[in-house]
Amino acid sequence: MLEANDLARYFDVSRPALQRLIAREPRRTLRAVDGVSFTIPKGQTLSLVGESGCGKSTVARLVVGLYPPSDGTVAFDNQPLSVARADPAQRQRMQMIFQDPYASLNPRWRVRDIIAEPIRAFKLVDGKDAILARVGQLLTQVGLAPADGEKFPHEFSGGQRQRISIARALSSNPEFLVCDEPTSALDVSVQAQILNLMKELQRSLGLTYLFISHNLAVVRQVSDRVGVMYLGRIVEQAPAETLFTTPRHPYTRALMEAIPDLDMTGRTRIPVGGEVPSPISPPSGCAFHPRCPLANDRCKAERPLAQPAGESLVACHAVEEGRG
Amino acid sequence: MTAPLLEVRNLRVEFHTRRGTLTALNDVSLTIAPGEVLGMVGESGAGKSMTGAAIIGLIEPPGRIAAGQVLLDGRRIDNLRYDQMRQVRGRQIGAIFQDPLTTLNPLYTVGRQLVETITTHLPLNPAQARKRAIEWLEMVGIPAAAQRIDSYPHEFSGGMRQRVVIALALCAEPRLIVADEPTTALDVSIQAQVIALLKRLAREKGTAMLLVTHDMGVIAETADRVAVMYAGRIAEIGPVRDIVKAPNHPYTAGLMASIPPLDRRVDKLAAIEGSMPRLSAIPPGCAYNPRCPRVFDRCVRERPDLLDAGTTRAACWLHAHG
Ligand SMILES: Nc1ncnc2c1ncn2[C@@H]1O[C@H](COP(=O)(O)OP(=O)(O)OP(=O)(O)O)[C@@H](O)[C@H]1O
Ligand SMILES: Nc1ncnc2c1ncn2[C@@H]1O[C@H](COP(=O)(O)OP(=O)(O)OP(=O)(O)O)[C@@H](O)[C@H]1O
Ligand code: SF4
Ligand code: SF4
Ligand SMILES: [Mg+2]
Ligand SMILES: [Mg+2]
Repeated sequence: MLEANDLARYFDVSRPALQRLIAREPRRTLRAVDGVSFTIPKGQTLSLVGESGCGKSTVARLVVGLYPPSDGTVAFDNQPLSVARADPAQRQRMQMIFQDPYASLNPRWRVRDIIAEPIRAFKLVDGKDAILARVGQLLTQVGLAPADGEKFPHEFSGGQRQRISIARALSSNPEFLVCDEPTSALDVSVQAQILNLMKELQRSLGLTYLFISHNLAVVRQVSDRVGVMYLGRIVEQAPAETLFTTPRHPYTRALMEAIPDLDMTGRTRIPVGGEVPSPISPPSGCAFHPRCPLANDRCKAERPLAQPAGESLVACHAVEEGRG
Repeated sequence: MTAPLLEVRNLRVEFHTRRGTLTALNDVSLTIAPGEVLGMVGESGAGKSMTGAAIIGLIEPPGRIAAGQVLLDGRRIDNLRYDQMRQVRGRQIGAIFQDPLTTLNPLYTVGRQLVETITTHLPLNPAQARKRAIEWLEMVGIPAAAQRIDSYPHEFSGGMRQRVVIALALCAEPRLIVADEPTTALDVSIQAQVIALLKRLAREKGTAMLLVTHDMGVIAETADRVAVMYAGRIAEIGPVRDIVKAPNHPYTAGLMASIPPLDRRVDKLAAIEGSMPRLSAIPPGCAYNPRCPRVFDRCVRERPDLLDAGTTRAACWLHAHG
């Protein structure tokens, strides 16, 4: 359904030319995404996890065509993304739920118009009453009431707004949905309802998801495959259960150790040690080496490539050498 | 017990709309002692952010505080003039909002916003303030802080913006922090770092904190006590361990049962059936009664206040004795 090949996106983060001249600074490029490849088969969910700033949202934006890639390609249903985006019928098939629900809702529109907009634009339902009925149905599905459609976004709480953006994304009956932290503002009970709804839609309509979340418990519940990103690259990719039962990459293992302890057993959680590196001047070789307990000289010099290891794809010298 | 730094008494917040008056907060009372972290959880839309907004004096029309008081150090702050309240906010109370974009000005660099806040509240010159700003950015885990301090908010990732907001709230060294979902946009590792920072402030500087979050892991690690909100009221309040492990209110129990498991995959996640009533249609009696598995006749007639329930206090008739 979706194939990303060696995707990259760079940002120019230089200071203004004059200041740069005075300070004798070179131009600075930030490699937000640096050679990311994955495929998502129809009806499946790929999740991306990884530290804040590692490039997950940038991948999401590349995949739905909101940023042009600096390098690499995206294919949607076997056609180049640019071709798919040019055709309204194809565009309707992909939707995105943004990380920031506030920024993505037009504050001057009533909620029912926000949700109805894609329905009208793509002429999915005919007639005012039918559209209203569909909007009411969507609102109910996300745990709001049809009468809430009368209100404006600012009249809702954070989690209610997040649910409005989910209803909006679902309103065009997409087949492929990019969900960037879709439940981060929801309490665990509403979150469970939304995740159950997403799974149900996947079962009944064969939806395909690219899912992004910091909550690893949530990721485990929804994913078929998981990609672990570090500084713009995928360092490990595996079937979800494999990743959670036998994480291989040292970073993946560190990430699992850092999960908060709900049982209050007194286990101190171990934050991934060391400094988060700067994406402007990433470390040489393996970008994780300054923080990695297994790092050696080879890691500092040579960038590891993704290699199959069991059912996983892992970019790590130690794993490849069998000392991981 | 130390005298509370913050005391909220019988707070009621109403919204006057064309569709009638809505009660968003109803009779909310709580205290926070110096150095104490009060966690706040509950259903989306239950009134958590509203509680925070009322404390920092940021309820906007058509909303208003219709009854009750907010006291800081025994002094009422809910009736201060706008300019007086601005002084309190910032210097005495630091606010971390749920939406980082409302706090950050998109037109100014991150550094400028930090330096302005610091020089407004602390006796530092701009150069010292800039140095302090870089330190704060490092403390909240922004890599290459010295290089990125002159970036604009949109050049940061979601989680990085959130950390800037946290730095902004802390940099004037307030005595009370009202933090609304401070860590939801953060990965587990940065989250651990931010929580460690907040806990250190509480311990070393006696900073008090209201911590609103949906993340039970964060609550379990950070909070001393927890208030559980439902439909504009506190459903249960008590020590964190009891709220998480041995809740006394059926809503709290349902909430805790909905936490997704980390150690296995389940077909269908447990969730509380139905949804919270809308503010305009809160049922008589206990607001949770349409969803409560243990509902009985008294629940649909009379509204329970917080009752002693052993280790916690719960607004539930199951705990009425005698
Ligand atoms: N428009 C932009 N201009 C400059 N830099 C950018 C821009 N957008 C993103 N970046 C940078 O690219 C990197 C990746 O950002 P991205 O938003 O993809 O991270 P993320 O993995 O989604 O993080 P989070 O979990 O915090 O949302 C960050 O260092 C960020 O500062
Ligand atoms: N301007 C407004 N007019 C009318 N009702 C409002 C307004 N702002 C908020 N509300 C309502 O007040 C209630 C409480 O909102 P609040 O933002 O405090 O919820 P919350 O507990 O923080 O939820 P979340 O976890 O989703 O952030 C919600 O039901 C919301 O719909
Ligand atoms: S390649 Fe080396 S530094 Fe990188 S994760 Fe593997 S062992 Fe660690
Ligand atoms: S008062 Fe009754 S309805 Fe309300 S939570 Fe208790 S048992 Fe359930
Ligand atoms: Mg992001
Ligand atoms: Mg809120």
